[in-house]
Amino acid sequence: MSRLLARLGGRTVVTGIPYLWLLLFFLVPFLIVLKISISDMRMGMPPYEPLLVWASGQLVEFKVNFANYTFLWEDALYRNAYLNSILTAGISTVLCLLIGYPMAYGIARSPPAWRNILLLLVMLPFWTSFLLRVYAWIGILKNNGVINNFLMWTGLIDEPIVMLQTNFAVYIGIVYSYLPFMVLPLYTAIEKLDLTLLEAAADLGCRPGKTFFRITVPLTRSGIIAGCMLVFIPAVGEFVIPALLGGPDTLMIGRVLWEEFFNNRDWPIASAVAIAMLLLLVVPIMILQRFQGQQLGVHR
Amino acid sequence: MTRRRPIFVPAMLIAGFLFLYIPILLLILYSFNESRLVTVWGGFSTKWYAALFQNEQLLGAAWLSFKIAAMNATGATILGTLAGLALARFGRFRGRPLLTGMATAPLVMPEVITGLSLLLLFVAMEQAFGWPGGRGITTITIAHMTFSMAYVTVVVQSRLSTLDESLEEAAMDLGARPAMVFFLITLPIIRPAILAGWLLAFTLSWDDLVITSFVTGPGSSTLPLVIFSKVRLGVSPDINALASILVLIVAIGVAIAGVYMHRQQKRRERDVQQALAANL
Repeated sequence: MSRLLARLGGRTVVTGIPYLWLLLFFLVPFLIVLKISISDMRMGMPPYEPLLVWASGQLVEFKVNFANYTFLWEDALYRNAYLNSILTAGISTVLCLLIGYPMAYGIARSPPAWRNILLLLVMLPFWTSFLLRVYAWIGILKNNGVINNFLMWTGLIDEPIVMLQTNFAVYIGIVYSYLPFMVLPLYTAIEKLDLTLLEAAADLGCRPGKTFFRITVPLTRSGIIAGCMLVFIPAVGEFVIPALLGGPDTLMIGRVLWEEFFNNRDWPIASAVAIAMLLLLVVPIMILQRFQGQQLGVHR
Repeated sequence: MTRRRPIFVPAMLIAGFLFLYIPILLLILYSFNESRLVTVWGGFSTKWYAALFQNEQLLGAAWLSFKIAAMNATGATILGTLAGLALARFGRFRGRPLLTGMATAPLVMPEVITGLSLLLLFVAMEQAFGWPGGRGITTITIAHMTFSMAYVTVVVQSRLSTLDESLEEAAMDLGARPAMVFFLITLPIIRPAILAGWLLAFTLSWDDLVITSFVTGPGSSTLPLVIFSKVRLGVSPDINALASILVLIVAIGVAIAGVYMHRQQKRRERDVQQALAANL
């Protein structure tokens, strides 16, 4: 073992093992998805036609079929699902930022001894089951759920307000599930903020509101961007939250992919949906990677 | 923002924590509800806990999930530590940007994409080499390792990047081989990060529904799959009981890990200070 290590070079081995793993189980699968997204569906297992047909060592046929993509483009269902996913993820991300920023600010400005405990409290729900935390909201939002029971008991309303199976429930679910991802990078950025700059601005007569938008926000930009991307990207492809909290008309692309795959068993279309989703997310993922340094400071 | 309205930020902080914790507290509260209608209080009862421990399907699924999560966490920790070490300590090497990209993209990649792509890989591999021969524990573990190693990588890498390399360099100068340096110096220093990574990888696997749904096979229903199929039909009190137990375990686990890491850090800081003092 040690001789082998010495011959290969320890560094090559240390780098090589995770490298090969990720190439095989992360990168190659995308190429396969890409391949299947341009093949025809067929009955049987696996339910798609081969791209290349070989006979006696010769390539006899090379079929590329972009029909899956044109189908996605032309069918209003998919277009709406994409737009709706972006809209839902966008609204949820903004809500998350509006709740997360003051929280991160409060934690960063609290006494140093408290900060780690408060951060731990933000992270704690993340360690409990995601599925069960989404489930908790069903009991809260449904027609005879906690909120409606309470409001009816106080006499404020006579009829239950329909909250479950609406977009509102989906926003709540996303904000609730992804809030820790927003707070942590924001906290890292705000904690680094040089307070003397704020004092200088105040001394020079800048109002608190203006100071906040002219100094605090620009200086914590990296945290804002990292936090927003960490919420937005997974939210676009979210399946569990729209499936449990959304209504039958809550079209989100993750759910469409799921249904194409599991209910319709149309692997090529599901693959095309995945590739199209990935194209949509390439830019946000690249932005996130650029701010990865700041994001890295988050996890301790 | 800070001077004029000192009330606003603390109020938002409290509201934020209430938002985070009230749903969990309600979940626990209603697990002690006598009534089958989860959200209508019918008196105190622990019968749903008793029902839980007689539910063979749920217990079997929990045991399967536990096995997969433990295997996954161990594998992901090894892979993630290697990747974190390479990214934090090897400077610029060929292929580094690709490794960085591949090691961090799974953090945000929508799970439906990861799940679908891994399933298609397994199907293609089976056609080509006859392996993995059906889907089940093996394929689930491989899939979980692939996405949870990213978290371990980030934790280990960030821990290493906050430590300076002088200890490792000193050991090298004194003639220790790289492997020895790793096992005697680096590994003990990053042990809290490795522990955190292992726990994180365990939790992610234990909790995963979407990726598992794609790569699972007949007879391999993990706990989240069983919960999801129940939850889809609506709220049910035994799920509340199950959730309460899981929350309790996590709270205890995090508390223990937190105290342990705090002590480790304090001890190490003290050791470093003593070493510095001795040298002066």
